[in-house]
Amino acid sequence: MKLIFEKSKDGRGSVLLPPCDVPETELKSCYKREKELRLEALPETDISRHYTELADRVYGVNNGFYPLGSCTMKYNPKINDEIAGLPGFADIHPLQPDQTVQGALEGLYKAEEYLDEITGMDHFTFQPAAGAHGEFTGLKLIKAYHEKRGDSKRNKIIVPDSAHGTNPASAAMAGFEVINIPSAEKGLVDIEALKGAVGEDTAGFMLTNPNTLGLFDENILAITKIVHEAGGLNYYDGANLNAIMGIARPGDMGFDVMHLNLHKTFSTPHGGGGPGSGPVGCKEVLAPFLPIPRVVKEGNCYALLEEGADSIGRVRGFYGNFLVIVRALTYILTLGGDGLKSTSENAVLNANYLMEGLKDTYTVPFAGHCMHEFVISLEELKKETGVSALDMAKALLDYGVHPPTMYFPLIVHEAFMLEPTETESRENLDRVIAIYKELYEAAKNNPEEVKNSPKKTVIGRPDEVMAARNPVIRYEFPV
Amino acid sequence: MGTYVPNTEKEQKEMLELLGVTGMEELFGAIPGEVLLDRPLKLKDGISEMQVKNMMAGMAGKNKVFSSLFRGCGAYRHYIPAIVKQVTAKEEFMTAYTPYQAEISQGTLQAIFEFQTMISELTGLRAANASVYDGCTAAAEAVIMCREKKRNKMLLSGAMNPQIIETVKTYMAGTGTEIRVVPVADGVTDKTELKRLLDEKTACFLVQQPNYYGLLEDYEDLGKLTKEAGAKYVMSCNPVLLGILKTPGEYGADIAVGEGQPLGLPLAYGGPYLGFMTADASLMRKLPGRIVGETLDGRGEKAYVLTLQAREQHIRREKASSSICSNEALCALTASVYLSAMGKEGLRQAATLSMSKAHYLAERLCGIEGFSMAYEGDYVNEFTVVYNGNSGKLMQGLESYGILGGLPLKGKDYGKIIWCATEMNSREEIDELIDRIKEVLSREVDI
Repeated sequence: MKLIFEKSKDGRGSVLLPPCDVPETELKSCYKREKELRLEALPETDISRHYTELADRVYGVNNGFYPLGSCTMKYNPKINDEIAGLPGFADIHPLQPDQTVQGALEGLYKAEEYLDEITGMDHFTFQPAAGAHGEFTGLKLIKAYHEKRGDSKRNKIIVPDSAHGTNPASAAMAGFEVINIPSAEKGLVDIEALKGAVGEDTAGFMLTNPNTLGLFDENILAITKIVHEAGGLNYYDGANLNAIMGIARPGDMGFDVMHLNLHKTFSTPHGGGGPGSGPVGCKEVLAPFLPIPRVVKEGNCYALLEEGADSIGRVRGFYGNFLVIVRALTYILTLGGDGLKSTSENAVLNANYLMEGLKDTYTVPFAGHCMHEFVISLEELKKETGVSALDMAKALLDYGVHPPTMYFPLIVHEAFMLEPTETESRENLDRVIAIYKELYEAAKNNPEEVKNSPKKTVIGRPDEVMAARNPVIRYEFPV
Repeated sequence: MGTYVPNTEKEQKEMLELLGVTGMEELFGAIPGEVLLDRPLKLKDGISEMQVKNMMAGMAGKNKVFSSLFRGCGAYRHYIPAIVKQVTAKEEFMTAYTPYQAEISQGTLQAIFEFQTMISELTGLRAANASVYDGCTAAAEAVIMCREKKRNKMLLSGAMNPQIIETVKTYMAGTGTEIRVVPVADGVTDKTELKRLLDEKTACFLVQQPNYYGLLEDYEDLGKLTKEAGAKYVMSCNPVLLGILKTPGEYGADIAVGEGQPLGLPLAYGGPYLGFMTADASLMRKLPGRIVGETLDGRGEKAYVLTLQAREQHIRREKASSSICSNEALCALTASVYLSAMGKEGLRQAATLSMSKAHYLAERLCGIEGFSMAYEGDYVNEFTVVYNGNSGKLMQGLESYGILGGLPLKGKDYGKIIWCATEMNSREEIDELIDRIKEVLSREVDI
């Protein structure tokens, strides 16, 4: 398919702006760009068709099953988008006086209260624009906390090796040294390893729970206690909160600070890689360090507080990805407390149902019920047939379903990590189970065929090595 | 109870039976009893779509949407062509995840590749990434790119938007980096001070085009001074104005960053916005976040993939160039559609109209007693005025007429107001603003 630059022609385009109705001001030549901008306007027909063609080459949640483990690709209700598009939300300037944006501030304030209750935290900031940004912000709070107490030797963050890559990367960015500890069986925290790692230099410990194998750590209270007794703080990565809403709360498990991914659990569309929203929650003890601005309630009025003596400062320009928060608020109000609990229950039910359907065909490495996601191993299949998890993922594309997360967590070889979410019906799960079984047979009987997949997609497997070795990251205009 | 669960209660029960459990609680058996929540969440019960729509519309109704708006300072109201919203509302673009599976994500990947090309053309620098959170974090990420073992002093022009300075300071706190703000003289970076501060330990100097006060600085000279000291030159730019202004590439900048909101994104009370970043090709592998590259597939056809991933957190973990994972992909798509609709001519028109309206506004405003230009320098779409009355009362008066005036400054800049105009402000609107200001002033003799 052609690039948009290959479709444009000089002089085309629509009349979008009116003529100038004031005396025209000429820019002094010393400030003028010298090289002409190579950007031709397209007629609206061509723009519309170009992006329709591109959209046809994208698979979204609306196209079908999308079980990316730890990504919580649930269906995104349209009402959320409609509300976010209301002029009262979309067309207000971030520097309007507080008294003219009372609805926006009220929404932010209420959303904070709701998330406090859902997670057991005391405060939330909506400033971070994504999950990793939330991690960075939460870790800065931990840093500020120790520094305020004059405990500046605490410069290490402990991270299990099963953690998402963003955890150690955010810790390093926030100025910490990262201590990786190995996981015990089932990807749970190795208590002895943790005990050995904590000490006078421990600033904090980061954990995803339920973990990336979809298992809730049964030692959770012991774990957070070990870290607290060593003088460190506990950070909860909320990537997997969809499993436990209304059932258990990080704030009751000994966590001091956490982030949520509104674009996962609270059903705001992910847009092909953002915008997300990564609000950070914390206990009272960390509240003074929260980034500015903060929404406060004074009597019946809401205000945006731009200062805080002990605040870590600003981590982004204006206050958060507001329209994403509006979507999440709409979602929370629609579901209510009872609906949120039912959401988590059904997320867990669907995951167990799918696992049950697959367990006779594929290897499920850990027995027992899973939470919202589970991992299967294709190691046996690979040994027998030479067909890898990557091959199987590519073959799934030809069946019109999105592959699961692959090769993660590393503790399981040839891993597929599946998170069906609560928004899939039983028939869909049955259909997927049938596809997976059919594919398994295909791998056994006709491995070469599977290794040569996909065949029905608009491109075959891309050469990633070539892309990285000789990077071409923009279009070159003909001279 | 509102719900998005398709399975009925009967079906749920059947599924539970099939799993051999008696109820939902049993599925959560692994959670220790001490941490199970022994009460319902203290939230109201769910409601219907119609009720939630009314409730949220009520909330939106408590916000005042100004039809006449003269405020910028980091968020600009430009005209958004109708095609932009239609394209970005397409469900496939909206509901897809990060394009890990290239074979079924060519649409997203190609759109990002086109975005990277457009941003590269706008800034005159070769290597763009797929976006970061916003303009402020883009500046912070640029500072991180410039850090070297022997060069850990970062200079920021004091004439940059204070939000950028604050964000960079937060990002760099506790990382062993020294941040120095270069003083301002006559509304622009004080060159003498810059010269004094630049040394062999300086990693970079950041400046804004146009700056916070709306002024164009001597970017040529600032760049020369910075490069002479062996430091990197970073410019933070307004992308719409790059339709007419000399580019960071032409000024010899190493990195260009900026807030992409003016490119077709609504004001949205501050987000989601779009941080863009471009760098000289030599710095490509230091860029943070996603980058899309061109390659071939097994059939020999052109294909797009996420590339140079060895920089990123999922591979490098604590050694990654940044922890960024999700960026602002849909906002980048918005900017691409906007730029395709506007083209170079439309962009030039938007920039020139903004500039002309701002100059007309400045002239009319300074015709009122008590208002005068704060600086003599050249400006484009924003300018700073000294007002010797009570600006709070003036703004309140204007608000009662449905007008959002310029932004009154605080602290060291108290007494100044930054005004902004774009193509959205008609002459009639500007004339009305002037009349209203006079009215407010005559009514309240004490302000």
